[in-house]
Amino acid sequence: MEFYLPKKFTFRGGVHPSHEKSQTEQLETERFPAPSKVVIPLAQSIGAPANALVKKGDRVRIGQLIGEASGNVSAAVHSSVAGTIISVQPFGHPSGKQITAVEIENDGSEEKIDFEPLKKSWREAAPGELVQKIATCGIVGMGGASFPTHVKLSPPSSKPIDTLIINGAECEPFLTTDHRLMIERTEELLTGVLILKKILHAKNVYIGIEDNKPDAITEINKWLVNSNFSDISLAVLKSKYPQGGEKQLITAITGRKVPSGGLPMDVGCVVQNAHTASVIRDAVIKGFPLFQRVITVTGPAVKSPKNLLVRIGTSVRTILEACDTDFSSAKKIIMGGPMMGLALSGLEIPVIKSTSGLLAYDKITSAEKKYPCINCGFCVSACPVGLVPSRIAKYVSKNLIEEAAGWHLMDCVECGSCAYNCPAKNNLVHYMKLGKYTVHAARAASTK
Amino acid sequence: MITLNTLTDSEKPAITAQTAAAKEVNLPPLHMSSSPHVRSAITVPMIMLFAIIAMVPSLAASVVFFGVNALILTAACVGAAVGTEWIINKALKKEQSIGDLSAVVTGILVAFNLPPSLPVWMAVIGSVFAIGVAKMVFGGLGANFINPALAGRAFLMANYPAEMTNFPATVFGSINALPDGISSATPLEAIKTAFSQGSFQVSEFANALPQLFFGNVGGTIGETSALALLIGGIFLIAGRIIDFRIPLTYIGTVFFLFWIANGTGTYFTLESIITPVFHVLAGGLMLGAFFMATDMATSPITPKGRIIFGIGCGVLTFLIRKYGGYPEGVSYSILLMNLVVPLIDRCTRPTIYGEVRGRG
Repeated sequence: MEFYLPKKFTFRGGVHPSHEKSQTEQLETERFPAPSKVVIPLAQSIGAPANALVKKGDRVRIGQLIGEASGNVSAAVHSSVAGTIISVQPFGHPSGKQITAVEIENDGSEEKIDFEPLKKSWREAAPGELVQKIATCGIVGMGGASFPTHVKLSPPSSKPIDTLIINGAECEPFLTTDHRLMIERTEELLTGVLILKKILHAKNVYIGIEDNKPDAITEINKWLVNSNFSDISLAVLKSKYPQGGEKQLITAITGRKVPSGGLPMDVGCVVQNAHTASVIRDAVIKGFPLFQRVITVTGPAVKSPKNLLVRIGTSVRTILEACDTDFSSAKKIIMGGPMMGLALSGLEIPVIKSTSGLLAYDKITSAEKKYPCINCGFCVSACPVGLVPSRIAKYVSKNLIEEAAGWHLMDCVECGSCAYNCPAKNNLVHYMKLGKYTVHAARAASTK
Repeated sequence: MITLNTLTDSEKPAITAQTAAAKEVNLPPLHMSSSPHVRSAITVPMIMLFAIIAMVPSLAASVVFFGVNALILTAACVGAAVGTEWIINKALKKEQSIGDLSAVVTGILVAFNLPPSLPVWMAVIGSVFAIGVAKMVFGGLGANFINPALAGRAFLMANYPAEMTNFPATVFGSINALPDGISSATPLEAIKTAFSQGSFQVSEFANALPQLFFGNVGGTIGETSALALLIGGIFLIAGRIIDFRIPLTYIGTVFFLFWIANGTGTYFTLESIITPVFHVLAGGLMLGAFFMATDMATSPITPKGRIIFGIGCGVLTFLIRKYGGYPEGVSYSILLMNLVVPLIDRCTRPTIYGEVRGRG
């Protein structure tokens, strides 16, 4: 069985931001102590927020279900500490909105629920049982999009899946979360991949890794020689942003193109993030709900950058303090990577399931002097989708949303390559997001 | 090595002092903005600086062939262009924009389109028109719809046609790089006259090619040396500042059409390519193709549009040179094509990822 594909895979467009991974890529992941208090938002996935199952004064244990999924696209939420519910009310959320969250005071007992692993070996379980376990454990895409995993793993029978792609590209600068997981928890991760393969009946399984992570490539390769994992192929990808974009990854590895407005399953593919694969293994074999995850804490204002295993709901302040962040010089704090992450308005915001990193910048890179658009076309050559971003942004800025949509505004993946490349330093992604928001709002209004 | 399944008592974390006693830190106001939070190093002034650097070889060549007068005219044009922009910004109480260096580029390009013998005051008028009317009236950098430098040249051509077409000999005594028997102001005029009088001799024009290539030939300040323009153009393409599509299709189209109409009656002989090579090297084609048709604000943004734009410029240049009243047609070709850029852009929207053409 061929396990190594010597060709380096890539896609059209993209940019080459400085990798900035050297600060943390060699650092072993550390367990971050449970904080004295957690704030766990009920909305941690795309789709409907979970319904709260607890109220003020209730006592909960680690792993206890505190929010049940509501509707088809929604994910369960579990407690990450043992202690008492202080309140269930709106709190600051990474998205910038105020969203209902469960505030829990940690009593320090670290009492856990009785984790319920699958009763039988996953090899003998039916796909439906495995998916059910994943849903019960509240697993969502850990790469940032936070799509409920059990939904993604239940394609309609009209869309057969033949290819499973594990996204270990980690093309965002600074982040080394998936990189460390691939080195430190290789076996668990690959077991998760096999569970995914079983669920989907996928014929082809690839792990895509950018070539700037040679140690992860070596480590994965070592395991793939093992006959247990011989069904998995390694695809070494060119280091280029956004190589880890779902559609870019599919095209780079399989040559297939997801139709405009369609989903990966339309071309027989499912993409799962590497971290997601590892938590799926933990859910199925150990019965762990998703209450902790690995994040990278780094950036110019962070004096001790780290890779940390943190409890969901830990505040940004707690984590940044522990990493010796120079708050007096911090001008911008970002949740996620610098290309697609969210700028935070404050420090009392919790880490959620899709938080892959925390960055503290000592300067405001995106607010440097702006110039008028000179029509240079650098955004056009950078766009992995093939859009003309400057033109769409001009339409949106003039509120000509229909014209913008005619130039395929809705196909924008918001990767930020255009704005990264823009010599006029125009905030193109801002207009893309604004335009898409306007279209969605109009659609919602017309269906009411 | 961490494991997720070892929440044992021994590892039970004490509620840490650092969080329990989280001291209030003085946090400066955090900056909020849409992603991305990192930007490439390249800026608009850097692009302009690249363009200026790319024009240095041509400026140097013009000083070699026309003397210091070329430098004086260039300096005057740059000064007038920057000064005009500064005054207009000041008068309209707008943010000062001369720092983006685009006025410097325009000033140099205006000078590059002038004969070296032009009076300085005329050059200044051309520059003032280029910036004041063709650029600032429409909103400044990026908002102009025609190339300002070419607009300035057209304005001077309309007002001072005699001075604008009076091309002196180079300091080495060469006027048109042609044998003594043929006397015309420029090589393009010579070949046009030769064709119209039926006296075209391919060998006479073949001998002129090296002179055209190195620049020992009468003409405007910037167009004289094809070699110097080529160096600058390749520098801009290699530096990924300009797209190769426009110069390649522009020059390629002119070459192709003059090869079809090469005047020797043959197509696959050495003689048959003398006329097209002559037309590529003579006149303002190189200057126009590398430095003016590629002006970002006035050329298409789509890759396909740039190809159409280059071909359009080439066809118009051929038609004017071959059948028009002027011996040279580069500047009017580009100006005309500037006008259809919005149309070209609209008709050449790129096929996007996953798009099924013809659907809907």
